[in-house]
Amino acid sequence: MSEQRTTDNRILKLQSTMLKYLLRKEFRQIKRNAFLPRLILVFPFMVLLVFPWAASYEIKNLNISIVDNDKSSYSHELTQKIVSSGYFRLTNVADSYNSAIKSIEKQEADIILQIPANFEKNLVNAQGGKVMISANAVNGMKGGIAMTYLSGIVADYNMAILKKLIPVSASQSTISTIQIDQQYRFNPNLNYRVFMVPALMVMILSLICGFLPAVSIVFEKELGTMEQMNVSPVPKVTFILAKLIPFWIMGFIVINIGFFVAWAVYGLVPAGHFYTIYFFAIIYIFTVSGLGLIISNFANSLQQAMFIIFFFMLVFIMLSGLYTPIDSMPNWAKWVSAFNPLKYFMEVMRAVYLKGSDIMQLWKQLAALLGFMLAFNVVAVLSYRKSS
Amino acid sequence: MKQLLSFTRKEFYHILRDKPTIMILLLMPVIQIILFGFALTTEVKDTCVAVLIPEHDEVTNRLVERINASAYFDVVSIIHSNKEIQQTFRDGNAKLVVSFEADFASRLKHEGIAHIQLIADATDPNAANSFTFYMQNIIAAYQQELAGQQKNPYQITPEVKMLYNPQMIGAFNFVPGVLGMILILICAMMTSIAIVREKEMGTMEILLVSPMKPIYTILSKITPYFVLSCINFTTIILLSVFVLNVPITGSFASLIVVSMLYIFVSLALGLLISTIAQSQVVAMIISGMALMIPVMLLSGMIFPIENMPLPLQIFSNIIPARWYISAVKLVMIQGLGFSAILKEMAVLSFMALVLVAISMKKFKVRLE
Repeated sequence: MSEQRTTDNRILKLQSTMLKYLLRKEFRQIKRNAFLPRLILVFPFMVLLVFPWAASYEIKNLNISIVDNDKSSYSHELTQKIVSSGYFRLTNVADSYNSAIKSIEKQEADIILQIPANFEKNLVNAQGGKVMISANAVNGMKGGIAMTYLSGIVADYNMAILKKLIPVSASQSTISTIQIDQQYRFNPNLNYRVFMVPALMVMILSLICGFLPAVSIVFEKELGTMEQMNVSPVPKVTFILAKLIPFWIMGFIVINIGFFVAWAVYGLVPAGHFYTIYFFAIIYIFTVSGLGLIISNFANSLQQAMFIIFFFMLVFIMLSGLYTPIDSMPNWAKWVSAFNPLKYFMEVMRAVYLKGSDIMQLWKQLAALLGFMLAFNVVAVLSYRKSS
Repeated sequence: MKQLLSFTRKEFYHILRDKPTIMILLLMPVIQIILFGFALTTEVKDTCVAVLIPEHDEVTNRLVERINASAYFDVVSIIHSNKEIQQTFRDGNAKLVVSFEADFASRLKHEGIAHIQLIADATDPNAANSFTFYMQNIIAAYQQELAGQQKNPYQITPEVKMLYNPQMIGAFNFVPGVLGMILILICAMMTSIAIVREKEMGTMEILLVSPMKPIYTILSKITPYFVLSCINFTTIILLSVFVLNVPITGSFASLIVVSMLYIFVSLALGLLISTIAQSQVVAMIISGMALMIPVMLLSGMIFPIENMPLPLQIFSNIIPARWYISAVKLVMIQGLGFSAILKEMAVLSFMALVLVAISMKKFKVRLE
């Protein structure tokens, strides 16, 4: 019995020494490569410094072309109101609809306002006025927003006219009104960067901890050093662990750089706890690296490995809710995104950073990520074959 | 010329021999364009809503029904106290809480005014903005109905027309973007290892001692990938037209010309990376991973360029995808002809020249 235990202990000790040596080998390989250490440090900094400024749907500087066929004091007043609203830049005053369309084609205008002849006359005669709004809707959202702003200004102007034309007592009718107040929680200033910075951190982490493991085994295959690994008595699990742990450390460096830049440049600190993020990050890094290792096991060449991980990463990123909301996707795409580990970690990051959620509230994400982590890493160990 | 031909043939052999890689290259864009074409949209629909109703009455019930019936919203839960709001948001169950004041119906009837508070989860500011706007419209429409058809004689009615995309379909905006992104990334990844692989394999030496001019080497490297990319382009376009229903309203010939030019630019960019990178891994990481982010964010594919800070707007000029996506939108969606995309053509041609020139210069005729 005790003999058995001592052999068990000896094997365990042997394996941990093996792991130690293998890890030393991995770190030497990374250090010797001039490119990788720099990539791990510079890439997150660059991305987080530059790109949050680009990532915004906030629509400003809309260009408007006005076709004023009325040329009355009312139409003039409306034009003034639009220009002074701050939403629109009057870039083109056209004399016909056709020439206004030209300015849209030349990308000089985003929206056209047409004021028909007799606009003032009809309005003053209590027949009601009409204006035509034509928005460039190639980008449906931008067109929609431009249209909304412009209709809003027209409605405001309408109210102003109403007050002028109808005596006060009459306008205060007996109509019951529902008053609507709004409140924006978690991001009261509607600042897009607050939303994007945590998400970009997830993206960087996924790219680094996905791409690099994907090449690590196939790289050894191409170099021929894999053969030496295969004839050594290293167990599969130890080998895979030795491959995973360096990426795990890299991931930690990356995420800490992320925390630092978010705080130093954007003044962002999680509303929740750092340890919630660390806890999820540990699981998440193992998950993506595990996927990378599976790909690396199956690929025959570096090129193949890179193309496959590229494919997965692009799909994961685009279907994660990073740029476009998952709620807007068709149902089948929502199902596809349920198999996207990146989506869950993205939700965690945003929830912890903005809402201050804790692990208890994020149990769904936790369960999903744990499932992925187990599945990927078991497959990674099983698909690593020592014999070719 | 004969030299060029036989070298091109050699490159074709290299690629065709690797069947799995070819399969990956041809299938990848198909799956991506379909996934992204359908899934990427910023339209608001089915936003989960929780309603806070202290006491149910006729008005609140009808209004909730109205909200639930709209395509924008799904009422998922009814809560009863203010304390539950924060919890609902934290659990991620709803994005918007519509909070009715107590005695809603009677207040509306007797005092003439009743309050509704819209509390939005603004983690996604853009979505929050849109869905509160839609909710306001629904409530306003309901109120109008309550008030009866009281006609205002001084009403200014805006007649709205959405040009080119009257149904505001997300795919019209995203398909040109996805097309530009997939083409440049796949092209650049393909050629980025072309030269560095020969260096690593040791066959570069043979190429260098041969009497081939560098420009021939470069051209023969590009040609097979060019053919492959044109096949990819064809499948993507066929899928966008027949599966995603994005029409080609403008000149088809211009679309083909600008796409071929763009493919060439992307391949040349990959080749430039290949001449600079020291190893295949580095080349692939630069072309696949590092290039992905500027192409996604600065090409106007997702975020409109004109809203970016000025330095980024200037920087976005050197991203080829920016020009291509703009040209594709003009031709495919806005239905314009060649004369509308002259600027884009000029910029892309200039990029092609510069990229080939730098690759030539960096192409070392000697081994270190």
